[in-house]
Amino acid sequence: MQVLQVEGLTKNFGGLRAVDGVDLTVESGEILGLIGPNGAGKTTLFNLISGTIKPSAGKVTFLGENIFGLKPYTICRKGLVRTFQSCKIFPELTVFQNVILGAFFGTSEKKSWEQAALQTREILEFVGLAHLSDVPAANLTLLDQKQVEVARALATQPKLLMLDEMMAGLNPAEVEAAMTLVQKIRDQGITIIMIEHVMKAIMNICGRIVVLDHGKKVAEGSPKEISTNKKVIEIYLGE
Amino acid sequence: MLEVKNLNVFYGNVQVLWDVSLDVKEGEIVVLVGANGAGKTTLLNTITGIIQPASGSVTFLGKDITGLPPNEIVEMGISYLPEGGRLFPDMSIQENLEMGSFLKKSWKVRKERQEQVFEFFPRLQERRKQLAKTLSGGERQMLAMGRCLMSGPKLCFFDELSYGLAPKLVKESFQMLQMLRDNGLTIFLIEQNVNQSLEIADRAYVLENGRIVLQGTSEELKNNDHVRKAYLGI
Amino acid sequence: MKAENVSKRYLTPVILILLLALLIALPWFTRPYMVVLLKTILMFTILSLSWALFSGTTGYTSLATAAFYGVGLYTAAKLGNVLPVPLMVLCGGLFSFILAAAIGAITLRLKGIYFAIFTLSTVELIKNVMHWYEINVAGVRGHRILHVSDATVFYYLLGITVLLLLVTYLIKRSKYGLALSSIGSCEEAAAHIGVNVITLKVFTFALSSFFVGLAGAIMATSINYIDAYIAFDLNYSFFPTLMAIFGGMGNLFGPVIGAVVFSYLREILITRFPYAYMFIFGLVMVLTILYLPNGLVGLYQTIRLKLKQANNKKEKTLGGKHASTSS
Repeated sequence: MQVLQVEGLTKNFGGLRAVDGVDLTVESGEILGLIGPNGAGKTTLFNLISGTIKPSAGKVTFLGENIFGLKPYTICRKGLVRTFQSCKIFPELTVFQNVILGAFFGTSEKKSWEQAALQTREILEFVGLAHLSDVPAANLTLLDQKQVEVARALATQPKLLMLDEMMAGLNPAEVEAAMTLVQKIRDQGITIIMIEHVMKAIMNICGRIVVLDHGKKVAEGSPKEISTNKKVIEIYLGE
Repeated sequence: MLEVKNLNVFYGNVQVLWDVSLDVKEGEIVVLVGANGAGKTTLLNTITGIIQPASGSVTFLGKDITGLPPNEIVEMGISYLPEGGRLFPDMSIQENLEMGSFLKKSWKVRKERQEQVFEFFPRLQERRKQLAKTLSGGERQMLAMGRCLMSGPKLCFFDELSYGLAPKLVKESFQMLQMLRDNGLTIFLIEQNVNQSLEIADRAYVLENGRIVLQGTSEELKNNDHVRKAYLGI
Repeated sequence: MKAENVSKRYLTPVILILLLALLIALPWFTRPYMVVLLKTILMFTILSLSWALFSGTTGYTSLATAAFYGVGLYTAAKLGNVLPVPLMVLCGGLFSFILAAAIGAITLRLKGIYFAIFTLSTVELIKNVMHWYEINVAGVRGHRILHVSDATVFYYLLGITVLLLLVTYLIKRSKYGLALSSIGSCEEAAAHIGVNVITLKVFTFALSSFFVGLAGAIMATSINYIDAYIAFDLNYSFFPTLMAIFGGMGNLFGPVIGAVVFSYLREILITRFPYAYMFIFGLVMVLTILYLPNGLVGLYQTIRLKLKQANNKKEKTLGGKHASTSS
């Protein structure tokens, strides 16, 4: 089943075409990697899908529904959530408060404090942050802050989770832990798209990879195909 | 060139660095390895004058620079690329680079330096009039690195240089570091990309929970069991 | 230990109820001047709390309080002789609510400083429009309003204050209070995790203005003469903001403390230094911002924390049961 379908998606910023006629489909239960040189338009593509900015042209269909032009909060409640490259947690709030906001507002359900708190505690256990529950998010390390952002996203009970450079700044051991978490999330039935530059993660956990350059899709395939693709090596991977 | 002796640093009442000592010789590339939260950025901030240590000393080219304000430290020939770059979002690429040459000595030669930077990063030249806030994550890293070089430093600290950069750019950045070293720049790297940084480094230190727990040549550390398990993921 | 905690939990409500009882009884046994002073203090308390409810949480600094206060005053001026007092006061609140919703819908897309400037200009705009209207169209300037006794006004204001405190308390405890803080913390992230930021901002802005309108409507009955220039006075935008900041917004009662201290100070200073009092205020504000960024409440919390830490250290050195806290 197709969770997400993107057709001819385009975004112009004045004279600059940041995303140029991108087509993309995402199947249920897969982990899709989105890679490309810096400035290729990957985050802009995320922004278009999640409603952060409005596309100049094209079509976005999520779970069979047209979500073009909808506000971010509406799209989130339909089951599509994303994290940010710059890690946008609520620094003054505690870890628990960060996540429970996702539980309260991320779905169309009305929840009581007990229900939302229970879900929050479960998610914190799942992600491994239960011991930091009452710590103000600003006091955490970068790795933990990123995990808070993921936990908060999970609290919105998404069907599709879009991760934007979750592994940047992590050392290899931390990358391993993050990879395990992503796979755990997928095993819960959540489809995932990840923008990443950490090749270890992309090659090992993604079933399929899409490559963007100058706003256009230039390659698509399995990790093996992509890692041996001449064009991809030339523009992105290096020798 | 740089000598750090027994640095003890506190955030309020909490001690974050214990008795940290290290040194960087002229023409070397030295790497500091450590997990998130180990105190690497704190150490850099202390050396470059942003934080005051409780005790210990920092000596550069024989002069005691402990606790000097950052602008004086830059004047002495130290440059610092902070984590995330810290660019001026509403200024153009060109303007950001010019800000790197703010001091009198550098201001005169800023045009030549700028050309050099554009040679390394052609993409920056393409977009030289664009505002920094409109750049992608990786482009910002490039710009930050370029700005760092604009003050013509003798010693440069790079904090998470490879953060958010495409693999090709990471390789090129590390190659460029080697070239810069061959041109006389001494380099101190903080890096999560331990693999590639150990390839180009001469020596390395490992910082854990605010203490230096290991040091040696990059060869020694590459073969060290603890480093391999904890940081190289082998 | 348990008995201590239980008594702590009920201490605050008990104190509040006693305080309320005292205030209710006050007009019966104090001088009339006291009631007049308390009217002013309560009025500023309402304005300050209202400001903090929206601007304190979301970080959108509003300077439109004077506009809503003026709307309240004018509602009393126009309808005071036509409607019974309770209904008139309610209308004052409602008209302010509607005006705030309209302003909010237009301007709450603007960032920080622009929002502050726009709300400031709103006050000036309304003032000058009303003035022009009165001179050129209605041909009438100023209004006389039916007079209501000081005690009655006092009780109205007390009721409004209690209601506002209750509403603020309930909101802060609820998920909406948390959502408002998240807007102040990182609005973009809030929007992306499902918070309808625009609706929440506009509604909270309008709700806070409702109380300002109520206060304006009942206060009008103590004023003999109202015209556009008197009703829409920017001081009623600046003072509540200063009071809330001075009192500290980390706590429900911060703005209350700020309002009480400041308005009492103002009363004293106006009578003794009619020309210098603004200067002294300005000085107090600058000192507050430099040394007490979290206001009086923040200062109190810092002192409590330092005492706690000192206590912990003492117990450590005395070889107490507490384990080492360094990490």
